[in-house]
Amino acid sequence: MRNHVSIAMTILLLLNITACKREERQLRPDPNASQTLNTVQVSGLNPGANSISSPPPAGQYEESAYAVSQGKTLYNQYNCVGCHANGGGGIGPPLMDNNWIYGSEPGNVFATIMQGRPNGMPSFRNRIPEYQAWEIAAYVRSMSGLLPKDVAPSRSDQLYVKPAEQSMPYQAPAGVTGEPEEKK
Amino acid sequence: MIGFSRVPLLAAGVFASYPGDHSILHPAGPQASNIEWLYWVIFWIVFVVYVVVVLGFMRAGARTYTSADEMLPIMKDEAGDRRASWAVGSAITITVLTLFAVLVMSEITGKKVEGETSKNPVTIQVIGHQWWWEVIYPDPQADQTVTTANEIHVPVGKRVVILTNSADVIHSFWAPSINGKRDLLPGYSSAFWLQIDQPGVYHGQCAEFCGLQHAHMGFSIVAEREDAFSQWKAQQLKPAQDPTELVTVHGRDVFLSHACVMCHTIRGTDAGSRLGPDLTHIGSRQMIAAETLPNTPGALAGWIVDPQRIKPGNRMSPNPLQPDDLQALITYLQTLK
Amino acid sequence: MAISEPVVVSQSGAADRLARTWAQPRGFWGWFQNVHHTAIGVRFMVTSFIFFLLGGVLAAMMRWQLVRPEHNAIGPDLYNQLFTVHGSTMIFLFAVPMMFQGFGVYVVPHMCGTRNIAFPRLNAFSYYIYVVGALLLWVGLFLKTGADAGWFAYVPLSGPEFTPGKRSDFWAQMITFTEVSALGVAICITTTILRYRAPGMTLNRMPILLWEKLVTSIMVIFAMPSVMVVSSMLLMDRTINTQFFNPSVGGDVLLYQHLFWFFGHPEVYIIFLPATAIVSTVVAVFARRHIFGYVPIVTSVVATGFLGFSVWVHHMFATGLPQMSASFFTAASLMIVIPTAVQFYCWMATIWHGRLQLKLPMLWIFGFFFVFLIGGLSGVMLASVPLDWQVHDTFFVVAHFHYVLIGGALFPMFGGMYFWIPKITGRMMNDRLGKIHFWLFFVGFNLTFFTMHFLGLHGMPRRVYTYTPEMRWGALNLLATIGVVFMTAGILVFIANFFQSKATGRFAGPNPWGAGSLEWATPSPPPHYNFLELPTVNGREALWEAEPNQPIVGGVREDIPEVLVTNTLDSEPEYRDELPGPSIWPFLTAIAVSIAFIWSIFSPWGIAYGAIPVVITLIGWLWPRGHSPSPRVPEPALEARWIR
Repeated sequence: MRNHVSIAMTILLLLNITACKREERQLRPDPNASQTLNTVQVSGLNPGANSISSPPPAGQYEESAYAVSQGKTLYNQYNCVGCHANGGGGIGPPLMDNNWIYGSEPGNVFATIMQGRPNGMPSFRNRIPEYQAWEIAAYVRSMSGLLPKDVAPSRSDQLYVKPAEQSMPYQAPAGVTGEPEEKK
Repeated sequence: MIGFSRVPLLAAGVFASYPGDHSILHPAGPQASNIEWLYWVIFWIVFVVYVVVVLGFMRAGARTYTSADEMLPIMKDEAGDRRASWAVGSAITITVLTLFAVLVMSEITGKKVEGETSKNPVTIQVIGHQWWWEVIYPDPQADQTVTTANEIHVPVGKRVVILTNSADVIHSFWAPSINGKRDLLPGYSSAFWLQIDQPGVYHGQCAEFCGLQHAHMGFSIVAEREDAFSQWKAQQLKPAQDPTELVTVHGRDVFLSHACVMCHTIRGTDAGSRLGPDLTHIGSRQMIAAETLPNTPGALAGWIVDPQRIKPGNRMSPNPLQPDDLQALITYLQTLK
Repeated sequence: MAISEPVVVSQSGAADRLARTWAQPRGFWGWFQNVHHTAIGVRFMVTSFIFFLLGGVLAAMMRWQLVRPEHNAIGPDLYNQLFTVHGSTMIFLFAVPMMFQGFGVYVVPHMCGTRNIAFPRLNAFSYYIYVVGALLLWVGLFLKTGADAGWFAYVPLSGPEFTPGKRSDFWAQMITFTEVSALGVAICITTTILRYRAPGMTLNRMPILLWEKLVTSIMVIFAMPSVMVVSSMLLMDRTINTQFFNPSVGGDVLLYQHLFWFFGHPEVYIIFLPATAIVSTVVAVFARRHIFGYVPIVTSVVATGFLGFSVWVHHMFATGLPQMSASFFTAASLMIVIPTAVQFYCWMATIWHGRLQLKLPMLWIFGFFFVFLIGGLSGVMLASVPLDWQVHDTFFVVAHFHYVLIGGALFPMFGGMYFWIPKITGRMMNDRLGKIHFWLFFVGFNLTFFTMHFLGLHGMPRRVYTYTPEMRWGALNLLATIGVVFMTAGILVFIANFFQSKATGRFAGPNPWGAGSLEWATPSPPPHYNFLELPTVNGREALWEAEPNQPIVGGVREDIPEVLVTNTLDSEPEYRDELPGPSIWPFLTAIAVSIAFIWSIFSPWGIAYGAIPVVITLIGWLWPRGHSPSPRVPEPALEARWIR
C-alpha cells in the first residue's frame, strides 16, 4: 500500500516537472528582457534575402497556447487587422498564405514588426514590447498552419470571418522565390 | 462584527481615504436599504426557526435517551404517533405559511428595488473589460459624452440608471452598500437602477469570476452634491490641459513615444486608443489599476514599470523607462486633473 | 418483537456451491474482471474518498493563500486551477460517486434481498470510466492543464478565446466521463430496485433508502444528459468552430448557464437525497422503532425529485431576468424547502417517540441536523431574489453550499460509514476515536464556514485569490483558515480509526446495530452470494417483522449466477434471470471509450477513429453467452420452506 502511494507521488511529481509546455503561462515577462532587441539578427531589407535562425526566445512563445492566444488578441487590438484583415490582406499583403516576403521564421516576422518594411508596414519599435511582438509573430505563423494544432488558437468570440487557426491546414512557406523551406 | 466608518466628504470634493463603504449591512441608498430590511426580517425568521428546531431535536433526544450499550428491543408508540401526527401536521402548516410570508416579502422588496426608476435619470454606461470598468456618460450630443474608467461619480439623491454590457467575458457590477449586483453579459444590455442618498465613496468589486485578475477588479462610486457632480462632469469633458513646464512637456513626449499610446487615450493629444482606460483625467482619480493602488506618484511609478508584479496576467505590459523619463511621465500624468 | 436471526440452512453444501458459482476471480487480471456489486461498491467508495482527500488538500492550499491580505503564496493562475479542480473534484469525483454510486451499489442489492446488482458488467464499466475521468482532471492539474474557469466554467471565460490551450477541454471531457459513469449506475440501480426486490417487498414496504436511491437514479437519468450536452457544446465551440456561445453571430452565453444549471441543481439533490436515505435508515435503527411518517417521507422524497428540476434559474438571479421568471423561481425554490422540512419533522417525531441510543452513527446524524439546517435556512435567504442580488457570488453563498453539502452529505456520509463499515469489513470501528473525529470536524467546520457568512455580508466576492488590507477581511479569513486545521485533524483520526479497526476491531457479527433491513441478514463481511437463502419480507423493516419461520425463496439455481426477478409493484416472483459472470469486457470497453474521448480533446477525428475499438469491445461484451439458462417460463419460485 505504501509502495503504491510513493509510486503515485513520484509519477505525479515527475509529471509536474515535465509538465506541459503548451500550458505554460508566463504572466510576468522579465522587464529587462526588452533590452535584447539588438541581439536579434535581421535579414536584409530586400525581399527574398536569406532567412535567419530564430534566437531562443521565440521557442517559448510558439509552444505556449497562452502566448499565441495573446498574440491573436493583440493582433486585433493593435489594429493589424486594419491592413492585413484576418490574414487575407487588403492594404497589406495576406498573412495566411504561404508567401513570405521577408521570411517565415519567427525572428523574421518579429523583425518585420519591430523595424517596419517598405510600402507601408510601420515600425513598432518602442511601441510594442518585445515579448508582445514575439507573441504576435507566433500568431501570424499560426495563420498558415505552421504551429501544432493544440497550440494554435481556437475561434474567437467575435464575428465569424474564418475558421480558427487550429483548423487551418499546414502550408509550407514558399517565400517570394517560390522555393519551399523546410517544414519546422 | 467588523464595522466600517464612513468617509467624510470635503467641500472641494476631495476624499480622504479609500476604498469606501462596502457592506450589505451599511446601505446608503433606497435599494440597499430595502434589501437590508428584507435581510433582517428573513434573518430573524430563520433564526427563530433554527432555535425552535434545534431545541426540538435536543428535547427529543434528551427525553428518550438511554445509555444502554446493547441494542434495545424494537418499540412502538401508537398513542405517541397519533399526537406526533398532529404536531407534524401543524409544523408543516406553519412552515408553509412562513415560506409564503417570505415569498410575499421578497416580492414586495423586489418590486420596490426595481421600481426606483425615473423618467429623467442620470444615465451611465458601464462596460466590463478584463480587468477594468469602462464608464461612459452618454449624451445625445456626442461632444458631451464623458468617458472615464473605474471611478463613477453620481449626484446624491438622484436616480441613476446603469446600462450594462461587457467587452469580453461575464463580469458583475456590485457595490454592496448601494444595490445588489447585475451581471455584465456580452451580447446583453440591461438597465440597472441605483440611487445614493448619502454623500461618500462606495467601493464595488467585480462579482463574477472573470479570469486571472478578478480579485483586483474594483471600482468606486463617488456620491456628491449636484453642483460638485456637474463641476466634475464639466471638468471631465475638457481635453487634457497642455503641459507648460519643461518636465511635463517631456512627460507628454515620453507618453507619446512609448507603448502607452498603443492602448490609452489622452484627449488633446494624439493618443486615441480605446484598449485600456481613458487617461485624460487620470490625475483626478483616487485610485489606479481598478481600485488596486492609490493614485500616488510611487504607486503610479511602480504600476507603470511593472504592472505584472501587481496584477499578474493583466493586459498592461511592463514599461522599463529611464528614471528621468519615468519621473517626467508621472509628473505629467498627475497634472491631468 | 424479537429480531430474527438469519435462517439457518439445513441443506449442506449449498454454501459451497453458491460460493463457487458467485466467486470472483483473483489476481491482478482478476481484479479487472470482477463484476460483483460489493467489490465495485467498495471501489467507488475508496476511490471517491481518496479524491475527497485530494480535493481537501486543494482547499487547504486555498485557505492558506487567503489567510492574510495580499498574501503571495499562490499566484492567480494556480489559484484559479485550485478552486476549479477543488469544486469539480468534490462534486463530480467525490459527492456523486460516494453518496450515490458507492453507497448505492453496495447497499441496494443487499437491501433488495438479491444476489447481485442488475447489469453487473455495466456497473463495472461505470467504475472504470469514472476512474479515467477523475485521473484526467488530476493529471491535467499536474500537467499545468488544470481546468481554471470555475467548476461550472461559464462561457465566454471557458470558451475558445479566453481559455487558451486544453484546460476547459479536459474539464469538459471529465464531465462526459463522470456523467456516463453516473448514468450507468443509475440504470443498474433503477432496474435492481424495480425488479430484483425480495418477494413481499411491495412498493409500500420498500425501505426508504431504496425509495431515495430510485428517485435519485431517475433524477440522474434526466439531469446528466443536460450537462453532457452543454460540456460537449463547449468542447465543440473550442475545437470545431461551432458558434453556440458566440454572441456576435447569434449564440448566447446565457444558454450555457441554463443548460448547466438545469443539471446543476438536480445534481445537488442527487447528492442530498442519498444522504437523507442514510439519515432515515440510521434514525430508525437508533430510535429503536419504525420511522415515523413513512408515507410523508416517501412523498417528500419523490416531490424533491420533481421539484429539483424546477428551480435551476435561482443560480441566475443576477443576470437581469424578467420579473415573472424571478418570481416563479423564487416560489419554486421556497417550495422545495417543504419536503425537506417534512422529513425533518418526521425524524424529530421518530426520536421523540422512540428510544434514543446515541451510538456513533447517530451522533453524526445529530451533527447533520444542526449543520444542514443552517445551510437550508441560508438557502431560504438565497431563494429570495433581492437578497440573492446582494449575496450571490460572495462568500455567503460559499458558506451556504458548504453547509448544505458538508452538513447535508458529509455528516450523513460519515454516519453511514460508521454504520455500514462493520458490515463491509466485519469489524466494529473504535468508538472513542469516532467521537474525537466528530467533535474535531464539527468545530473545525463551523469555524471555517460560519465566518464566511460574515465575509459575504461584508462584500467579499467568491473566487478571489487575494484581497487588499483596506477591505478589513483579514481577521475573518484567518479564523476560517484555522478551522481547516481541526477538520484535517478529524479526518486523519478517521483514517487511523479505519485502518486500526480493520485490523484489530471487535468482530461485528451479522447485525451489530439490531437494524431491520435485509443487508443485516448476511454475515459480515457478506459472501459473494450475499444471502445463503434468498429472503422474503413481511413489512417495512424486514428483520423486525420477520416471522420465526419466515419463508425463503426456493428454486433459484445455485450452479449458475441466477437471481429472482419480481413484479415492480407487488414484488411477486415472475421469473429467474441468469446474470453474467466475471468478464474483462467492461474494462476493455472502458479503455476503448476513454481513448476515443481523450483523443477527441485533441482532434475531432478522435470520435470517428476512436469509435472503432469501442465497437469491437462492445461486440465482445454483447456476444451471446455460452451456456443457455433454464427456459424463461413464469413459474412460482416461492416455496414455503419450513426450516427447523
